[in-house]
Amino acid sequence: MTQPKTAPNALRPSRWLTPLLVHVILGSYTLLAIAPVILVVMNSFKGSQAIFQKPYLPPIGELFDPVGYATVFKQTAILHYLGNSLLVTLGSIGLILLLGAMTAFGLTEYRFRGRGFLSLYALIGLMIPIRLATVSILKLMVALNLQDTIWSLILVYSAQGLPMAIFVLSQYMRQVPSDLKDAARLDGASEYQVFWLVVPLMRPALATLAIFVMLPIWNDLWFPLVLAPGEASRTLTLGAQQFLGQFQTDWSALLAMLTLAIAPVLVLYLIFSRQLIRGLTAGTVKG
Amino acid sequence: MKELPMLRPNKSRPRWHIAVFLAPALLLYSIVMVFPLLDTLRLSLFSSDGANFVGVSNYQRLFTDSQWWPYFWRALKNTVLFFLLHMLLQNPLGLLLAALLDSKNLRGRSIYRTLLFSPTMLSFVIVGFIWQLILSPTWGIAPAISDFLGIRYRPWLGLESTSLPTVALISIWQFVGIPMLFFMTALLAVPQDILEAARVDGASAWQLFWRVKFPLILPTVGIVSILTFIGNFNAFDLVYTAKGALAGPNFSTDLLGTFFYRTFYGFQLQLGDYAMGTTVAMVIFLIILFGSLLYLLVWQRKVVSYEL
Amino acid sequence: MVRKWPWKLACASLLTTVLAACGGGSATEAPDTNANRLTITIESWRSDDQKVWTEQIIPLFEKSNPNIHVEFRPTAPTEYNAALNSKLEAGTAGDLITCRPFDVSLGLYTAGHLTALNDLPGVPHFSDVAKSAWQTDDGKTLFCLPMASVIHGFIYNKTIFNELGLTEPKTVAEFFAVLDKIKQDGRYTPLVMGTAEQWEAATMGFQNIGPNYWLGENGRKALIDGSAKLTDAAYVSTFKDLERWGDYLPEGFQAVKYADAQMLFASGRGAIYPAGSWDIAYFNQNAKFELGAFKAPVVNANDQCFISDHTDIGIGINAKTTHMAEARTFLEWMTGPEFASEFSNALPGFFSLSDYPITLKNPLAQTFVDWRKQCQSTIRNSYQILSRGEPNLENELWRTSVGVIDGTFAPEAAAQDLQKGLDNWYKKP
Repeated sequence: MTQPKTAPNALRPSRWLTPLLVHVILGSYTLLAIAPVILVVMNSFKGSQAIFQKPYLPPIGELFDPVGYATVFKQTAILHYLGNSLLVTLGSIGLILLLGAMTAFGLTEYRFRGRGFLSLYALIGLMIPIRLATVSILKLMVALNLQDTIWSLILVYSAQGLPMAIFVLSQYMRQVPSDLKDAARLDGASEYQVFWLVVPLMRPALATLAIFVMLPIWNDLWFPLVLAPGEASRTLTLGAQQFLGQFQTDWSALLAMLTLAIAPVLVLYLIFSRQLIRGLTAGTVKG
Repeated sequence: MKELPMLRPNKSRPRWHIAVFLAPALLLYSIVMVFPLLDTLRLSLFSSDGANFVGVSNYQRLFTDSQWWPYFWRALKNTVLFFLLHMLLQNPLGLLLAALLDSKNLRGRSIYRTLLFSPTMLSFVIVGFIWQLILSPTWGIAPAISDFLGIRYRPWLGLESTSLPTVALISIWQFVGIPMLFFMTALLAVPQDILEAARVDGASAWQLFWRVKFPLILPTVGIVSILTFIGNFNAFDLVYTAKGALAGPNFSTDLLGTFFYRTFYGFQLQLGDYAMGTTVAMVIFLIILFGSLLYLLVWQRKVVSYEL
Repeated sequence: MVRKWPWKLACASLLTTVLAACGGGSATEAPDTNANRLTITIESWRSDDQKVWTEQIIPLFEKSNPNIHVEFRPTAPTEYNAALNSKLEAGTAGDLITCRPFDVSLGLYTAGHLTALNDLPGVPHFSDVAKSAWQTDDGKTLFCLPMASVIHGFIYNKTIFNELGLTEPKTVAEFFAVLDKIKQDGRYTPLVMGTAEQWEAATMGFQNIGPNYWLGENGRKALIDGSAKLTDAAYVSTFKDLERWGDYLPEGFQAVKYADAQMLFASGRGAIYPAGSWDIAYFNQNAKFELGAFKAPVVNANDQCFISDHTDIGIGINAKTTHMAEARTFLEWMTGPEFASEFSNALPGFFSLSDYPITLKNPLAQTFVDWRKQCQSTIRNSYQILSRGEPNLENELWRTSVGVIDGTFAPEAAAQDLQKGLDNWYKKP
């Protein structure tokens, strides 16, 4: 059964058929996934009329019209908006990951009275749309003198992301071998040192979570609109809204701006997913 | 749930570190989220002008009034369908893609991984716009593709019978990256030595997946399911972007999320009603809470979480 | 190894953008030369008009009022009400508030968010009809200044009409005869409208053609005082006309959005477009053919005609503004002839509501406004009082109008549905 039969195996259809089949399935779904995305990018280089009338032709020759990009760069401080979006997103992710990991560690590592209640309490935020509390949050930000600053957004998104972080990280924290922690403790490590020992092991989970919480923050329109509508604190997604009119929408400019908005998330995704793989390969070595 | 052996060198010492770990997050979360939510949710116990305490009569109204209950019930049914479609299509598809991405010696893995995730990065405005363009009877490529495939083209997004499943499919297209990502992470974490051992025993790729990998990633199946449940019972943006707050035609795409939004903020000539809006939100919350507790109590107790 | 560089590149490019963004932040701030200058902001849902306000209207005001700087700050129309309400409640809204007509703004006034404007000089330049959309029910308090109305009708492609030898229809029979001819020819979509967003069906359909059946203000007021019902012949007939529209609309109209319809007509592929006067601006920019317009058809050739001339936009003052005097100065200027002329010409299709005579440079806009001379004006019948309860009459009109056009509801059934909904909560005064 286990004797090597290398030569005949290589010729067996399953040897090349399976990878081929894998590529066919992955490839065709990839096509379905990216065709609309390509369409968006393509059409961002066309005039409004051409977007609707010739949506499937590439923007070459007569169809090429970067008017959308011209409008975006002329009418909006897009780089400034981009900076705001990045600061808000990265700031929130940072807070969510750090505080989320600490809490998840505290809730899974120790047994203490009220643990069950706190776990449930932390979950509640997942179940109610935070949009509901807008007025109260806005009043709070006014009281803290934070309205129209990106700090208001960072605080709200962090609070909003924490339940998710605590929930997901708790699930993964349970999978960290206890021998490792116990060994460290026997060596005299403090609880904080044990925590920082565990965090690197959580890298895949942290990276997954970072990607997961990043997207709604990056694409959110509501809180920037209400908490920080001023020019100085405006985010990219909010900035793009000015092209959405009641009866007339500047589709070229809207698509151009939202296409530009994809690039930074893509970069962040690449960075995080890189961390994800790295953490896993590092983790499995000791596994 | 497997209990971890706790090592407590000195039982009597106050364990301040627990507070240090928990306090920052709980403070932030309580001040910025829980307090504002409670401050708002209490409105569900008051009359619509906020002047009088009315107890549970808003809830009574929601459940018995002919102007509320049928609309709420329809939104609930639509939401359940929306959620089930995600459960049955999005998550298995995410698992399939993750499993394929996990196959040994796959070329172009990272390219696939990035491209497959790209729809998930888009904003709702773009997703709504592009799919309406593709499916449009006027400009869309869908009529031509349907002809080619021998399907009869219909303006699916505009028909009462098909608009909800169509929106759900678009949402699945957009979000399949999330379960894929979670499953991918879980599959990557399966220790190589276990897999090697199984391979040496002559397990086929199929057996390897179902007998070895799948049981190991079962906790992730649970996480993904509960996140899908919570996410879809709060779903709002795509319907709002593609079909508007009235979720037409004839409310056929009305979800709990859009129903809540309309009630709470009002729409066009409809004035927002904070009391009824928060009542609706409270009921949605209780539904989600019930589902989540079910998960925590039943699924998490049964499924063994392996230390890897 | 190969994998390493894209990651580093990614980090580097991200860092660059952050730095660039932080550095370039203040580049857009306008240089402020006047030290006493105060800034007041306008909240609006009209992102479409951002350019007109910032480049034409506001500079005109600032020329005569150098100490006040006005900033036009639009919100996407779908988010406007919700965002505005939240900001008003927390006290962070702008100084001037663009007002939706009737109950939504009345609600803001009763909640104490808007100030009364009765004593604003210039208010007498507005007619009672114009003011009716922004008054308390007793008519005693005005809380928003009427800004503009919009008129409904049909815009058509003159090239196609000439080619097919068609003339502007005056009666309902002629209207459908014209549609039939275009349909028989087969090259053009006879009637360009979709029902995907629902409001088109109610606004450009029901409210456009209906006033000729329910005799304008008479019928509208009769609904409010209870002497007429939505099951009356007038409403059923309106629905019966709408039901016939389905045959002439573009293929798959159920999924045709408003923007699709605009684009389709502008591309020359359709003959007649059920319009709001606001569409004029778009077609002026985008249609490459000559445009004409005709008003909603009447039943018999010599019938009195009625047009939907709807009070659509007003503007009020945030009660909590810290710049009350400046805000009032601005509104006062808005009651004058300078604003009326600049606004109506910069935004053809939005007609100023003050009584100063204006000459419109846009011929199509002039055609629309000329209908006021031959026909009686009325506003949309669901706007005043009748959309205050559950179910909301306006929402119901959207739903039923779509249903009648796509064949889900019979006209009689739709009318009954509407009346039943109204009976559920509306008690006549």
